[in-house]
Amino acid sequence: MTASAKVTQPIRPYGDRKDDGRIQLSFTLPVSASGRAKEAARRLCEQMGLSNIAVSTMEPAGDGFSFFVVYASTGQTVDFAEIIVPEVTAPAWSFKEVNAIIRHHIGRKLVIVGACTGSDAHTVGIDAIMNMKGYAGDKGLEAYPWIDAHNLGAQVDNAALLARSKELSADAILVSQIVTQRDVHRENAKRMIELARRIGLRDVLLVLGGPRIDHKLARELGYDAGFGPGTRPSQVASYILQAILARKGLQPADALASALEHAH
Amino acid sequence: MHALPIDPAVVDECRALAAQVADRVQGFIGAHTTVSIERTVLRSFGVDGVDGEGVPLVNRCVERYRQSGALNRGIAAIVGLLLRRSPQLSIQEAAEELAFGSSLPEGDALLSALDAERDEIAQILRAPTEQAMAKIDDARAQRIAAWQRLGLGPDRAKPEGDVIRPGGGPPLKYVIVATGNIYDDADQARAAAQVGADVIAVIRSTAQSLIDYVPYGATTEGYGGTWATQENFRIVRRALDEEQEKLGRYLQQTNYSSGLCMPEIAYLGAVERLDMLLNDAMYGILFRDINPKRTLCDQYFSRRVIARAGMIINTGEDNYLTTADAVEKAHTVLASQFINEAFAFRAGLKEEQMGLGHAFEIDKALPDSFVLELSQALLVRQLFPKHPIKWMPATKHKTGDIFWSHRVDGLFDLVGVMTGQTIELLGMMTEAIHTPLLHDRFAAIKGADYVFTAAKSLGKELRFDPDGLVVRRARQVLDDACAMLRKVAQEGLFAAIAAGEFADVKRPEQGGRGLDGVIARHPSYQNPILAVLEGRSA
Repeated sequence: MTASAKVTQPIRPYGDRKDDGRIQLSFTLPVSASGRAKEAARRLCEQMGLSNIAVSTMEPAGDGFSFFVVYASTGQTVDFAEIIVPEVTAPAWSFKEVNAIIRHHIGRKLVIVGACTGSDAHTVGIDAIMNMKGYAGDKGLEAYPWIDAHNLGAQVDNAALLARSKELSADAILVSQIVTQRDVHRENAKRMIELARRIGLRDVLLVLGGPRIDHKLARELGYDAGFGPGTRPSQVASYILQAILARKGLQPADALASALEHAH
Repeated sequence: MHALPIDPAVVDECRALAAQVADRVQGFIGAHTTVSIERTVLRSFGVDGVDGEGVPLVNRCVERYRQSGALNRGIAAIVGLLLRRSPQLSIQEAAEELAFGSSLPEGDALLSALDAERDEIAQILRAPTEQAMAKIDDARAQRIAAWQRLGLGPDRAKPEGDVIRPGGGPPLKYVIVATGNIYDDADQARAAAQVGADVIAVIRSTAQSLIDYVPYGATTEGYGGTWATQENFRIVRRALDEEQEKLGRYLQQTNYSSGLCMPEIAYLGAVERLDMLLNDAMYGILFRDINPKRTLCDQYFSRRVIARAGMIINTGEDNYLTTADAVEKAHTVLASQFINEAFAFRAGLKEEQMGLGHAFEIDKALPDSFVLELSQALLVRQLFPKHPIKWMPATKHKTGDIFWSHRVDGLFDLVGVMTGQTIELLGMMTEAIHTPLLHDRFAAIKGADYVFTAAKSLGKELRFDPDGLVVRRARQVLDDACAMLRKVAQEGLFAAIAAGEFADVKRPEQGGRGLDGVIARHPSYQNPILAVLEGRSA
């Protein structure tokens, strides 16, 4: 091996033995269940490049529909070593720590405005992050004495959200997008960014969240960060806070240390 | 089923308190009308169609007289006045004239004509009102005839009565279709029925509850669902009409009489032979930020229509537990069910038409979560014995793990069958991922069939330890609900909603959408449709 040789780490799905490539899939074909339908399902998998195909279930799912469960092997590998995914880097500050740092380093409440935008009426996500109660035992942003949280609710126009954020001099805007049919969440999230740019809202942090959102997608759409399912309010608060501190040239560890020292 | 040993005096107190709560609001309702109620009056007279911009004619008429201040006499009175002046006009032509013409006087001249000719106007409106009722009654008769002829399936009692009810057997399997395209919805409704679904709900496009008009015609694009339109109702009903003959059991359709067009959807559902309607002002207030006054007035009128049409309402208490904690706030669901029942009684609904909602939403990580769910389901079943209770699946604590999710739904199905819930919206393994695909529905129905069959007689076998967790929990929830109702009765429903007592969501009395569509009735206000629905003569 020469010094310049790259380290690789090829991986493949693990079913029963290393590198056997076993996967399962299920789908419906718009034909009635029959021997031909089963063969169609098998060939479809073959055309996907799969091998060792076992159609374990074929069931009628209504007239002219059959449902399949298939096990098969893939010969594909991915090189895990070369995969780089942007992930939100934020310290895991607690409720108390976030408040202490804001108090010491910002000296005023952070203003955070959130909404489900566009036609989206599902407030579960934004409520979990913003409402007092929070999520999974982690208090929501409304509960933070040093955060001024405004949950505007559902079906908020992008323009209305931006206008309200400007009015409140928001430090960060949380955009929640849940409905994913025909990629409406992407489209709407993108339009929000375009509008924000057009009206010259630049300093404010734009954070996107939702069950089909990740940091990579959010960055692609022009947001500062993206949070997916399972995110806790303190993670969002920590992210926003460290991003604001970074603009002031403050390192997270130093910020915490001096805030705690000051608190004692 | 073996009854839980709970104190009947507490139950009686809950009902008495809920009655007080409803009566206080009923006074407000009786003194007001709304733009959507008035539009429904026009629709029931037969006014149909949209203008070049897609705005329904009923909206044009009502908006014009709202702005001129004459709507407090009732749009029916204005129609009647025009028909008196121009007897050759059909109702449809009269509506076009009202929207765009100039043959009626304006301002004070119009108001004094409406007041002076009140009795003559009432006389003219008698025939159109009778026709409007006949349309609702015909649709009901058709539904009941089809149900009595076909039944709901072999495991049900022989259909009897004038409200569709399951007559024993496991919960009705209720599934949603939500493709956005009504023709795909109809295909998926058929497929679901073929594998065992009893009730098909076409989920509405997400923005629909907040738009103040009913879209028109067949639609093929929607977000998170499909627009509720009269034509879309017909398309799905046609598919179910065909399918039920093949399957030999009556198939039910449901949609959403909620949001700003609540009464109009109730009317369209009534004449297009829908069987159930989601109908709950509290849901609109809390989760769609619709103005409380607006939607409580709308709810009353729509429930009057639903009562006449013999449909079943589904209420939305299950949703409280998506924002509030299902253990801590279980009693708010129960309290709201009592209030919803009281409102429903005041709108002429029978218990058999009150599909009160509740849900399997307790955090699955909590020890004994299943036992607590069981307790509440038994309690609700016992307190509302004749009501077609609507049992809703887990949503809040679901993740993208379909295998785990399918297991959760199995436990949900078990509670449903062992406690005798009436209507069960089947849980989907892909909850929290996407609106259900065809095979998600198939898997849910197959799974539910297994559980319903396997545990068919389990409910009858159950006896609970009078000092055990199930009974203690049921008593606690009932006591807490009663305490909450005492508070709500004292401060009033509007104040309680504003204080965030329900679902942890605060909605002020003057806030939310649609308040400008609420109008105080003038002493000479006329609404012959409502009069007949209320059992008064027009």
